Amino acid sequence: MAGITGKDTTLTAYADALEREAPKGRSLTQDALRRLFANKAALVSIFLLAAVILIAIFGPYFLPWPYDKIDWTSIRKPPDFSKGHFLGTDQNGRDMAARILQGTQMSLTVAGVATVVSVVIGIAYGAIAGYFGGRIDAAMMRFVDIMYALPYILFVIILVVIFGRSPVLLFVGIGCLEWLTMARIVRGQTLSLKEREFIEAARAGGAKPFAIIFRHIVPNLTGPVVIYATLTVPEIILTESFLSYLGLGVQEPQTSLGTLISFGAPVAEALPWMLFGPALFLVLMLVCFSYIGDGLRDALDPKDR
Amino acid sequence: MKFTQVFKAVATAGALALMMVGAASAVTLNLGNGGEPGSLDPHKVSGDWENRIVGEYLEGLVAEDIHADPIPGQAESWTISDDGTVYTFKLRADAKWSDGVDVTAQNFVDAFQRLFDPATAAEYAYLQFPIKNSTKIAAGEITDFSQLGVKAIDDKTLEITLEASTPYFLQALTHYTAYPIRKDIIEKFGDQWTQPGNIVGNGPYNITEWVPGSYVKAVKSDTYYGAADLKIDEIMFENTQDLTAALNRYRAGELDILTDFPSDQYQLLKDQYPGQARVEPFLGVYYYVMNQSKPPLDNVNIRKALSISVLRDVIGPDVLGTGELPAYGWVPPGTGNYDGAAYAPAWSTEPYEQRVEEAKALMAEAGYTPENPLKLQLRYNTNDNHQRIAVAISDMWKQIGVEVELFNAETAVHYDALNAGDFQIGRAGWLLDYNDASNTLDLLKTGVTGTDGTVNWGNNYGRYSNPKYDELMTQASSELDLVKRAGLMHQAEALAMDDFAAIPIYWYVSKNVVSPKITGFEANAKDINRVRWMTKSE
Amino acid sequence: MISYAFRRVLSAIPIVFLTITVCFFILRLAPGGPFDGERALPVNVLKNLRAHYNLDQPILTQFFLYVGGVLRGDFGPSMVMEDFTVSRLLSIGLPFTLMLGFTAFIVGTIAGLVAGALAAVNQNRWPDYLLVFVVLIPLIIPNFLMANLAQLIFGVYLGWLPVGGYRAGSYINLVMPILILAMPHGARVARLVRGSMIEVLGTNYIRTARSKGLGAALILTRHAIKPALLPVVSYLGPGLSYLLTGSLVVEQIFALPGIGKYFITAALNRDYGLVLGTTILYVFIILALNLIVDVLYAWLDPKVRLN
Repeated sequence: MAGITGKDTTLTAYADALEREAPKGRSLTQDALRRLFANKAALVSIFLLAAVILIAIFGPYFLPWPYDKIDWTSIRKPPDFSKGHFLGTDQNGRDMAARILQGTQMSLTVAGVATVVSVVIGIAYGAIAGYFGGRIDAAMMRFVDIMYALPYILFVIILVVIFGRSPVLLFVGIGCLEWLTMARIVRGQTLSLKEREFIEAARAGGAKPFAIIFRHIVPNLTGPVVIYATLTVPEIILTESFLSYLGLGVQEPQTSLGTLISFGAPVAEALPWMLFGPALFLVLMLVCFSYIGDGLRDALDPKDR
Repeated sequence: MKFTQVFKAVATAGALALMMVGAASAVTLNLGNGGEPGSLDPHKVSGDWENRIVGEYLEGLVAEDIHADPIPGQAESWTISDDGTVYTFKLRADAKWSDGVDVTAQNFVDAFQRLFDPATAAEYAYLQFPIKNSTKIAAGEITDFSQLGVKAIDDKTLEITLEASTPYFLQALTHYTAYPIRKDIIEKFGDQWTQPGNIVGNGPYNITEWVPGSYVKAVKSDTYYGAADLKIDEIMFENTQDLTAALNRYRAGELDILTDFPSDQYQLLKDQYPGQARVEPFLGVYYYVMNQSKPPLDNVNIRKALSISVLRDVIGPDVLGTGELPAYGWVPPGTGNYDGAAYAPAWSTEPYEQRVEEAKALMAEAGYTPENPLKLQLRYNTNDNHQRIAVAISDMWKQIGVEVELFNAETAVHYDALNAGDFQIGRAGWLLDYNDASNTLDLLKTGVTGTDGTVNWGNNYGRYSNPKYDELMTQASSELDLVKRAGLMHQAEALAMDDFAAIPIYWYVSKNVVSPKITGFEANAKDINRVRWMTKSE
Repeated sequence: MISYAFRRVLSAIPIVFLTITVCFFILRLAPGGPFDGERALPVNVLKNLRAHYNLDQPILTQFFLYVGGVLRGDFGPSMVMEDFTVSRLLSIGLPFTLMLGFTAFIVGTIAGLVAGALAAVNQNRWPDYLLVFVVLIPLIIPNFLMANLAQLIFGVYLGWLPVGGYRAGSYINLVMPILILAMPHGARVARLVRGSMIEVLGTNYIRTARSKGLGAALILTRHAIKPALLPVVSYLGPGLSYLLTGSLVVEQIFALPGIGKYFITAALNRDYGLVLGTTILYVFIILALNLIVDVLYAWLDPKVRLN
């Protein structure tokens, strides 16, 4: 599951850097993003990924079949251009191309939702720990360290089993367990920001801690959030495919890349088109994410080059 | 390249070593058994994968022959009284337990008493409820077990008294709920008595190993009266929950028999392994229940519209790909004690377009159109095939003005909802416990009202209730003449189906894959194939 | 260091307790119970079963009974595997899962170290590009798909390896599961080693060593390996937990008797006792392994103070 983009390692190094180089935390992020865009492989990946996302969103309008429409005349048939099934049909006679695009949308959506949830929790937690510092900080970060050690996939399975198959609930569940790294980053960033003049000024002006956090610190987190999301989304896409394999994926007639692959894998030989398309999309997206992740790692750690 | 060669050499050496070991050892049948046995205690098991194991290490008074028909087992002969209520069994003189102890009539008395003892909480005890006083003992109304209609006349003579004549009773005795047990062993080891080393059986094979999640191993029992005729020395009951992996194991020669296979691979099997996949009729019905205790499905016209708009002919051949036959009635074709024409409603032969029009009219009458659809939730337990059928049927219903929300859940959650009546439409299936029509028809009887006023609907998840149906079934149960009894049950079936008590979809098939090395595997409607009849050639 | 280890062990107790508490109550909230199967149970049968497993008691009583049992080392009965106690199932499954996990861990780590070092030494030349690409494959292909394809290719088509199943002592059956499990782990190790090795090879003291005329092999073994290993060691903790969760899939597909398979089956069947038992065990193992990794890290890097 986790590990394709080396998320934890890269982000932990990033969080440490934010802490260490406290006064110039903001420029660290800006430098990193600038360097990322200078990396050719990463840049190509960013464009490819954008293309995949655009195809997933707008492609369905150009396909002859909607993803949930049954073509009773072609059940489990290989690609047939005359009928408009460019990637074949599944065992219900539904168009694979349309289902792949819908699945890509769903995978990205759930990964997005989970990332947003983890970002929100992470920001709140990290900002509070970083802003108040001292014992509160120590205790809160100790808790994060402990949580890092737990086999979170087991808890995700238990959660999904309990709350059922609603994709929203499912990925809020994952998000709730994925926020740890975000909390660390935000804490580092907060530590660096709170010494800055504008925060001092706000504090002198009598602003309440929470107002300072949300008015002055949170808006400065755009860079870290972008970096975090880039590294987290592919991990969640893979986690989702694992859950789909266990039969805990999204509800029909909706689908996801993971669900499509878990249905395609057993019929790799008998109905190869059911595996090929979804696998191609998944691999393409994850390769792109992986190159962007590598680019980010290099960009965040200039001495590496 | 070099790595590949080394690797190949190592693998070949390993395979050779294995083959040499194999040549010296006994004939082993590798059976892809499906699920993991939750228990090997005949009073606790419930699945067909458990039956396959339990039925090899234990044997009842009556056993199954190669076609799964009843033949003498531990009893060499029996007599039945003229009124059909008293069965007297003569046990075989050479019937022995695997520890050398003689099988006695008392073993069976102990077994039946334990089966009905409320403390045992045996799920399937109801299959033997024809036995006198068994229902009352199981309900805790009688606590003196000696009043049970099972008596040991002497060591080798057993007398079973029934409440009333029951035409399928010998069939019921082949079921594992009628197998003998060793009370002394169970008392000695408690819950651990089924562990290898403790377990004692009277069947052709002994359990010697049990690795949960992987396999159960059984070897030929020397004390079994027919041991000399057994051609298979060892059975490996392999856990094959992942059907695709199981098929791959079969194709690689690691398994000799698969008791299920993924429908999608049927064509591939037919092409590459001709004659090895065996799809045969199986006594069971796959159906959708409709919750009739709440609107809108208490409206018979809506139920009718839903049922007639299901095009059953495409489900088996196209959606599943294994060619299951469409079901319009409630009793599977070929069920025993059920002479007479199968139920076939008039609408089943009408063209599908006409049925859809009729369904549309019925829905419109109830106030639903494709523009103003009836919203229904369809629940099924997580499984590829259930999902496909649900997707297909929800598409068929779309055209008559029904919008379906699909909801899948694990088996436990699904049946919890069905039991609680917390559903609108749900997927269900029934495999016959014994070959008698009453076994399926009983599913539609009105629930029993308990002392606290709650109704226990049992397996009648849809809460179908028609006093006339109950009346017909009661009459049938006390009817001694089998032809008349069948007539009453046919009436009941027609009544329930005309009420659209449920939506039967297809008749089950058994799906086995049998290696050409195996002989003595005869497909039958109960899908019970005992290893004692099989041989394996190398 | 001993007092540090001791404090870490102490701090694990509340974590394990918290896990038990949260899982226990969450599981009881879940719809469906261990006795909901294909067929409805007669009411009195259900009542007896519930009484047998203490499920008819108030939930707090059940909780204290359970915690009391765990403290005595008794995880209670399995409700779906009726003939086994949870402790007995764990005692069968745990050694197997650990054996599988550790073998995969060693195979993957060594392969990853070699591949990563090879790539780093040949940075920006074809062996590097090839290795970086190869190493990406097991990371982006879901392991269940890889297992399915491996069974088909190496088991059915080529017939090199057994497809599945397990017999005591038949290690050839474990080759494929271990490789499937080891590959993503090895890939992550390789990526880490490559990164940190390139960094180390660029540092001043390696340059100095090189300018003194030391051979490449000597530089690598004497000076570059130890510092390059540091990020790898800090990864090993999380890496082990990935391996354990990877075993959930591998044990399922290859029909192997490990606790990963028990966990999945138990969660889907509402076998409360077995879910709790496997979860507690997983948490316990992972905490213990993390402690070992931290101590190892301190030993490798004198700059790190354990506090």
